[in-house]
Amino acid sequence: MRALRGLGQRANARIWRLGFASRFLLAVVLHSGTSLRRLDLTIREIYFAGVLSLIIILVSGLFVGMVLGLQGYDTLARYGSTEALGVLVSLSLVRELGPVVAALLFASRAGSAITAEIGMMKATEQLSAMEMMAVDPIARVVAPRFWGGVISMPLLAALFSAMGIFGGYLVGVQLIGVDEGSFWSQMQASVDFRQDILNGVIKSFVFGIIVSWVAVFEGYDAEPTAEGVSGATTRTVVTSSLAILAADFVLTAFMFTGT
Amino acid sequence: MSRTTLDLWVGFFVAVGLGALLFLALKVGNLASSSSGETYAIKAKFDNIGGLKVRGAVKSAGVVVGRVTEISFDPEAYLAAVTIQVDARYKFPRDTFATINTSGLLGEQYIGFEVGGDTAMLKAGDTIKKTQSAVVLEKLISQFMFNKAAEDGGKK
Repeated sequence: MRALRGLGQRANARIWRLGFASRFLLAVVLHSGTSLRRLDLTIREIYFAGVLSLIIILVSGLFVGMVLGLQGYDTLARYGSTEALGVLVSLSLVRELGPVVAALLFASRAGSAITAEIGMMKATEQLSAMEMMAVDPIARVVAPRFWGGVISMPLLAALFSAMGIFGGYLVGVQLIGVDEGSFWSQMQASVDFRQDILNGVIKSFVFGIIVSWVAVFEGYDAEPTAEGVSGATTRTVVTSSLAILAADFVLTAFMFTGT
Repeated sequence: MSRTTLDLWVGFFVAVGLGALLFLALKVGNLASSSSGETYAIKAKFDNIGGLKVRGAVKSAGVVVGRVTEISFDPEAYLAAVTIQVDARYKFPRDTFATINTSGLLGEQYIGFEVGGDTAMLKAGDTIKKTQSAVVLEKLISQFMFNKAAEDGGKK
């Protein structure tokens, strides 16, 4: 009986939190006028979320592409169609791995940092101090971080895909010796701009919204203690990773079925 | 508002990101090749198109001269109606012969143009009269088996 009551209570709390998070997202969007008018605030956040994530995105993209090159060659060689290596590497990167892996890395690299920063601001009562000075903390602190993340994410995903294709080219063509001409020409013949690349960009844009939303909300909602901030940071990574993978399934079902 | 090194880095980041997008569009995708110049539409009807797909290549002498843009079913003739966009630079005689070929043993299928001798050229909206369907592997195999069986039966 007590267990059942606890379960119901927890479910109730989850739904309550989800509603609050949705209202919070609406408030952020409505208060984002400041981050457009004071562009330097947003640019600073793009620097922290995007530019500082460059290294990890580029290096992991390169390695993911190289692994795809090796594994793909191994499998394709069994069917004697190693020329299709370019198609395999580019389609899997542009459609799935680019947006998803870049978003997962982004959540753990930048999302957690955003949560910790806002959480610490709350714990040290900087947010309350802003309210005292009639500065809206959502417009001044939260919205620029949200938009910084949303803008950075598609660019990072595109860089990840491009770097991965370069990695696949390095391993496939330069190292193993797949014919360079057929590597590129078959890739170009089967990757469609609207179907594949644009859908990948849309995916990464949606993931950017999810990660940034979860990150700013968890930070804003964190318990104002050291423990609360650490818990919120962990929740950011876990929640946004799960949300990314679930959203990826839904988006893929919409985009790539029936073609 | 003054310029800072932060702006420089963010500008660099945005430029590199857009560059990557451009690379994906032009080098990886087919944006450059799909929208090149003018085309004219011609139609062809096939008994069986096999695995031909929209955006499949149309080749003459092995060179890509156009793309398949639409495949539909003609309910009156019970044939597959294929619309082809041919590059406006190339003109083909009216008695051009369209066949569905396969690149490699199991590769993707494309339409091949075998040029005839007519002096009149195909215009936009024309239909190719002479076509040859895709080769269906199962039919070939069963034909071979039946022939073999008939031969063996004759020997007895």
